[in-house]
Amino acid sequence: MLRFKIEKTGAPVWMRSLIPVFALLVTFLITSGLILWGQANPIQAYYYFLIAPLTSRVSALEVLVKSTPLILSGVAVTFAFVAGYYNIGAEGQLYAGAIAAAWLGTVLGGLPPALAIPIMLLGGFIAGALWALTPALLRVKLAVDEVVTTLLLNSVMLFIVSALLNGPWRSPVSGWPQSPEIAPSTVLPKLIPRSRLHLGFVVAVLSVVVLWFVLSRTVFGLKMRAAGLGREAARFAGVNVGRTMLIAALISGGIAGIVGVSEVAGIHFHLIEEISPGYGYTGILIATLGALNAWGVAAAALFFGLIDTGTQTLSHAMGVPIYLGEVTQATMLLVTLAMLLLQNYRIRRV
Amino acid sequence: MDIVQMRGITKRFGPVVANDHIDFNLRKGEIHALLGENGAGKTTLMRILYGLYRADEGEILVEGWPVRINSPKDAIALGIGMVTQHFALVPPLTVAENVVLGFTDGFVLEKATIEQRVAEAAKRFGLEVDPSAVVRHLSVGQRQRVEILKALYREARVLILDEPTAVLVPQEIDALFETLERLRAGGLSVIFITHKLEEVMRISDRVTVLRDGRVVGTVETARTNERELARMMVGRETFGVRREERAVGEQPLLQVERVCAEDDQGLPALKEVSLVVHAGEILGIAGVGGNGQKELAEVLSGVRRPTSGRILVDGQDLTGATPDEFTAAGVGRIPEDRHAGVVGELSVAENLALEYLEEFARGGMLDREAIRRHAEELIQRFQIKARATDRARTLSGGNLQKLILARVLSRDPKVVLASQPTRGLDVGATEYVRQQLLAQRARGAAVLLISEDLDEILALSDRIAVMYEGEIVGVLPAQDADPERLGLMMSGAVKERQGAYAEV
Ligand SMILES: Nc1ncnc2c1ncn2[C@@H]1O[C@H](COP(=O)(O)OP(=O)(O)OP(=O)(O)O)[C@@H](O)[C@H]1O
Ligand SMILES: [Mg+2]
Repeated sequence: MLRFKIEKTGAPVWMRSLIPVFALLVTFLITSGLILWGQANPIQAYYYFLIAPLTSRVSALEVLVKSTPLILSGVAVTFAFVAGYYNIGAEGQLYAGAIAAAWLGTVLGGLPPALAIPIMLLGGFIAGALWALTPALLRVKLAVDEVVTTLLLNSVMLFIVSALLNGPWRSPVSGWPQSPEIAPSTVLPKLIPRSRLHLGFVVAVLSVVVLWFVLSRTVFGLKMRAAGLGREAARFAGVNVGRTMLIAALISGGIAGIVGVSEVAGIHFHLIEEISPGYGYTGILIATLGALNAWGVAAAALFFGLIDTGTQTLSHAMGVPIYLGEVTQATMLLVTLAMLLLQNYRIRRV
Repeated sequence: MDIVQMRGITKRFGPVVANDHIDFNLRKGEIHALLGENGAGKTTLMRILYGLYRADEGEILVEGWPVRINSPKDAIALGIGMVTQHFALVPPLTVAENVVLGFTDGFVLEKATIEQRVAEAAKRFGLEVDPSAVVRHLSVGQRQRVEILKALYREARVLILDEPTAVLVPQEIDALFETLERLRAGGLSVIFITHKLEEVMRISDRVTVLRDGRVVGTVETARTNERELARMMVGRETFGVRREERAVGEQPLLQVERVCAEDDQGLPALKEVSLVVHAGEILGIAGVGGNGQKELAEVLSGVRRPTSGRILVDGQDLTGATPDEFTAAGVGRIPEDRHAGVVGELSVAENLALEYLEEFARGGMLDREAIRRHAEELIQRFQIKARATDRARTLSGGNLQKLILARVLSRDPKVVLASQPTRGLDVGATEYVRQQLLAQRARGAAVLLISEDLDEILALSDRIAVMYEGEIVGVLPAQDADPERLGLMMSGAVKERQGAYAEV
């Protein structure tokens, strides 16, 4: 009888660099089972998933549109996680930014876009940062676990949004829970005519560059990494760990707030309750999948955007449930994490 | 009869060959010392034997049978136990829980039962620990004892001790050696890593010397001497450092006035401690580990706030200041636990810059070129065996300590606060560090040397203060101090009148 043994040893370098490819293959195998169960052809399904969106200009642009909030959310979460602050509240901070955008969009109508739009983005940033402030202060001053507080505040924020939309902001015309339309001068301009791709995408790309720059090139970035990787040693070396975490948390909340602005002023032009299908939480997946590295986060976000777009085509074309996209994303994350762990082991025959 | 044979063991870390075709045999019932400079590959070889690393080449035989050791679990099953340089204890658990962790028979943990069993084991092996104490609150020395007890509790036939005496005071070392001799008589085989030649001569039956990852030779202890071993280790004769008598400066650079502080449990750890260190003076703090030295160092680093009293550095009041304020005021700190002083996941260069980031910044941006140059200069000057881009966690124990020294001493601080600065360093490096501390003294810095190594205290200090249960029980000028007198004071048996010298 054959016997096997698991031993700990690092995988060779070539294998490490192929992990994304392997992860994709394994994810494909696992989800194929589900697709077959849904009575569709897995190969065809994956064609719609991964290839079809890139075959036409319209849907390729749509991938970028879908990726915009995902990139920003991933960057937002990464900023906090790198500093050892586990911000689970990007979702709520996103809505804080969206509220700010919906309000500013109605009051800034008189200003030219060159002025109005920067104010919108800044307003969203401040709103998100403010919503992130309380749990961050509790964490830094009183050591209250931020995972719990930031998560709880997400629900609080959803109630606030709901109260606003069913109260003062309810549309007087239709009676729907929907805020008034924002002024045209506050709408994020289109990058390409006759598409949905808007200025928010540029902001998202910029945020990736900023993340990379801050982490690898600035003093504050080094302090963040030191605080996140070795809190005690960082404190000993004179890094003000509390302040570093606090600032990282506020930047994180601010960028999450910009997601809200981007969605309100770039896509919907008013605030509705369903403005985010959980971008704040997906941001955690993306940050983790991207290994808290700026380029990794961008790649993971684009991949998630691709799958999001693909799922819609897929469900139109083959009649499988739209949840398949989310299942695939979650499977991908689990498989990648498992692979990152398993690459340190090898199975041997004894 | 060889209980363990390691044949042709090779281990590479990237371009570094940490072990190069090493042959090593351990006889049943012997104490075998493993000697070598920092970075010679001792820890790596032992980690391979304990299943923490896998050898790239070579084989291991236990009692003549080829075995595969892929994890500590395999090693433990083969009767091999190891006490590592950096402890593997769970801080929030009690001593008893740590000892039995992963080695319990039933499903239910009965607190009283395991505490009683651990207490019995501790007594049998002559290791003094309180089974119900929480590990987080123990000193480094006490944690070491728990680690040794843990291995023995698992019925180890082979015990690997990686620099066990580095954290022990003379009396504890005597007790450990007695224990080891007793266990050897009972058939235990011990691999004993140390940098102290005198210990090798005292306790071991045979010695294997490593240099640059290769075996220089294995000799019977009875047929060798310290000189020969030192030559094998470093390839040259070594000399101890000598403190030259010279007048101490007048200017008090560090003044500690009636400082009180609490430990992590909120119990008083420092009781009205008063000290003065002058320019050009080394004040040694002697004492058994766990008598408040850790808290004193933390208070003087800005990591722990004193509950009362004052701290003055060159006249500037730093009571309750933050670590970077202490650094800015000219206090250089060498921490007791070197792992607490560096961020393992950051590079050597980043760690060297971390304390002085303002100097490596241009408008908030890192001057990466300057950081690299600074690192390379210090690596060269302090003979650190590492590259600037290496992650700090991959450095050997001694090189990690050199990294911290480089960071502190390259700044010419006014006050040097050194806690156990040569713990775990080889003879050459120890000599080097001591010379550096003397050079700081000659330069006019005030040096506060906290050490459990009496020889070190006696060799370097101008005055010696003894700490016992959070108090300074006496301060002696170096010429009045001898090991017996200090030993008595350290055990709390003799109390010189508090303050008689402390205020001088
Ligand atoms: N995980 C690792 N990754 C990379 N290099 C390593 C790793 N572990 C050890 N090394 C390198 O291998 C060499 C041998 O290290 P080792 O820790 O075995 O030395 P040592 O003899 O125990 O030294 P010390 O007396 O300072 O503890 C060193 O050059 C060290 O930097
Ligand atoms: Mg070692």
